Amino acid sequence: MKLLKLVPDHTNIHFLKWRVPFYLVSMVLVAASWGLVLTKGLNLGVDFIGGQMIRVTFERSAEAPVGPLRDEVTKLGYGEPILQRFGKPNEVSIRMKLPEGAEHDPALADRMARTITADIRKNHADARVDGVDSVSGKVSKELGWDAFRALGFAALAVAAYIWVRFEWQFGIGALLSLVHDVSLTLGMFAVTQLEFDLNIVAALLTLIGYSLNDTIVVYDRIRENLKKYRRMPLPELLDLSVNETLARTIVTSLSMLITLVSLLVFGPQVIFGFTAAITLGIFIGTYSSIYMAAPILIWLKVSPKSFVPGEKPSDGPAGAKA
Amino acid sequence: MLDFPRWKVLLLWAVTLVIAAAALPSIVDMAGYRWPAALPEPKVNLGLDLAGGSHLMLEADPTQVRTQRIEGMEESVRNKLHAMAQPVRISDISNNNGSLSFLIDDATKVDAVREALLPLTNGAGLTGKRDWTINVVDGNRFVLSPTPEGIDQAVSQAMDTAVEVVRKRIDALGTKEPTIIRSGATRIVVQVPGLQDPQGLKNLLGQTAKLEFKLVDQTADAAQVYQGIAPPGDEIVPYAETKAGQPAAKIAVKRLGGIRGDQLTNAQLSSNQQTNQPTVTITFNTDGGERFAKLTSANVGKPFAIILDGKVLSAPVINEPILGGSAVISGNFTSDSAGQLAIALRSGALPVDLKVVEERTVGPDLGADSIHKGMIAMGIGTLALAVFILATYGRFGVYACVALVFNVFMILGVMGIIGTTLTLPGIAGFVLTIGAAVDANVLINERIREERHRGRRVVQAVELGYKEAGRAIFDANITNVIAAMLMLAFGSGPIKGFAVVLIIGIATSVFTAIMLTRMWVAQWLRRARPTELSL
Repeated sequence: MKLLKLVPDHTNIHFLKWRVPFYLVSMVLVAASWGLVLTKGLNLGVDFIGGQMIRVTFERSAEAPVGPLRDEVTKLGYGEPILQRFGKPNEVSIRMKLPEGAEHDPALADRMARTITADIRKNHADARVDGVDSVSGKVSKELGWDAFRALGFAALAVAAYIWVRFEWQFGIGALLSLVHDVSLTLGMFAVTQLEFDLNIVAALLTLIGYSLNDTIVVYDRIRENLKKYRRMPLPELLDLSVNETLARTIVTSLSMLITLVSLLVFGPQVIFGFTAAITLGIFIGTYSSIYMAAPILIWLKVSPKSFVPGEKPSDGPAGAKA
Repeated sequence: MLDFPRWKVLLLWAVTLVIAAAALPSIVDMAGYRWPAALPEPKVNLGLDLAGGSHLMLEADPTQVRTQRIEGMEESVRNKLHAMAQPVRISDISNNNGSLSFLIDDATKVDAVREALLPLTNGAGLTGKRDWTINVVDGNRFVLSPTPEGIDQAVSQAMDTAVEVVRKRIDALGTKEPTIIRSGATRIVVQVPGLQDPQGLKNLLGQTAKLEFKLVDQTADAAQVYQGIAPPGDEIVPYAETKAGQPAAKIAVKRLGGIRGDQLTNAQLSSNQQTNQPTVTITFNTDGGERFAKLTSANVGKPFAIILDGKVLSAPVINEPILGGSAVISGNFTSDSAGQLAIALRSGALPVDLKVVEERTVGPDLGADSIHKGMIAMGIGTLALAVFILATYGRFGVYACVALVFNVFMILGVMGIIGTTLTLPGIAGFVLTIGAAVDANVLINERIREERHRGRRVVQAVELGYKEAGRAIFDANITNVIAAMLMLAFGSGPIKGFAVVLIIGIATSVFTAIMLTRMWVAQWLRRARPTELSL
């Protein structure tokens, strides 16, 4: 049987030759992402800004009547709703600010939800209310802060782990490529205005874990080669390491993409944003492990001396002895 | 490395099959069939976002506990000083700045008073501090302040009681399998699967159900009461019912000397036989019944106010002493609200008001749809992935794929055994884990390929493949676990569910992708003794 080989044996692409232009591109993209996040903003869900979200499916309509719905809800006097389709065209989410004073009297928020759902049911016989989320301003601030802390701690914790397992240069390289990956993903949410809720934070955390997988595999090989080829110039050694692990990088990334795409296409609509974030993150993570994580080591002046051979014989290259 | 003694083979298979078999009840259940009751049934719980239901987060206001403690202390101090051998008169009582302060008439009795008050304070738990401090200023002014430790302890006790009360009330509704847990210092999370309209639940939990009977002060000046100015020793309480467009009617009642309605043995929905209006009949316990009899005997012909959660329900005139130990509460009830009040009174008053600060309700159709689609996505994803891996790695791909299938079962099995909850993001975590699980095999197989290119013999290449790749696999999985742990620490319900699946998936995938495949590869190498690898 002829096996599939996506990366031919003895592939030798000079990735590092293009590192400066790619760095510039990455920096521009990160800057643009943050620019977009700050100017255009994220489409924050009720988890983070508080308020009420009612999800409705119009069972016998091909498409949710967004226009009339907006007018109807606005007429109820609770302010302008934000309507958004999610998943299928006949599913819609209606987001409202909580009414004045609801912080102290939750009954006001209740009454608003009841008024709105009753009104929708009255006007649309086929409307099915799938859920109501109501988050007070105080809780949403805490959720936002918790999410922010979780992301920060996760990035620092994994960077620290890599520092311990490798060297400080590797830790910084991993941290910077994480910042890069998360920034670009946030940028995508600013561009697409997909709803940014708690699930997306979980996606970002997953991303931190998985985009590091690639980085670690490449770093592991760099460490191995540093001990093996002590006189090889660093750029050449990095190129060699990236090329040696390229087949694995491609096959693994494809494996992840296969499952993620099937989740995007066939999976539950409610977590579309979540899956989209991870899918995009896999692309960015693969790119950054080659063009961010590895070349940073040149600037941080990693050298074979960082790993004195003989100190840890179990980690020594078996090839050199054979 | 490739040496697998018989006991090791048996052990690996036993672990694999037992854990994988534990997944069967969950699978049968999710496919919509009934698992035979005679068999053990470790089952994965479905989270609210999949099963449908309501999630409520209730929050208490700790300042309320503080106020209550100061009020309680005021009453204790009065009683205590009144009961002294030489009673001490006190005046100018205030509890404005979060402490209780009062003047005693005779500065020479300061030490005696302090002595008398000391037993009213207690140690605050294990903190080594007392729950109140007693200070004397200006010679004869006592200031009693609750310490932060004392307040914390009181809040904690109040929350424990509140959880119990909430549980009793929810049980009274007859809902199935509610989850009621304390969250942080002042919050309670309530999850009720399958509950579609949480309105009744919220009404029930929103009711503190603090019932009081207080005498109406008939001498109070109506105009002053209207303006909210209380005569000395009185407090102003508004009526629960207001006529549309009018400010709430108010009434002056005596602050002290009333009784609380917490000494009940029962509360039942009843109705007034003349008007057919719903009412609630309460039955006092012996002590409560005696106090109620005393209050009504001493005040025949005077009105007393029935106050619920700070609002007057009604203020009937006491026609005759009520000695039977039961009383009927009338108010402007519907049969629903009277029924809720009866449940609330039966379960006891909440020690603090609870407010709903977060509410999430999910309909059942959405969840069922998500499970269905998640299953389909997982099936298609796994199949496509298997084809890709088989095409890439041949025989070694077969091992990887079989390991993958075992991995799916084992994740479900472990989830069932430890009784975790599968949430919507958890389904995504599941699918993702499958994609990531093959990474270990990819790393190993690529390494074997490489070692073969370097000219190593088959057995040595395989051995090196597992050994050298193992390091990267380990590091990569640790970082994933770190990220997942932080999700567990900071995430809310669904995200926690996701993190749990992720962690379990990482553990089982290391087991299946490394241990199991290595065993199979080793057995094949020993049996076939290949000199060439098709890889």
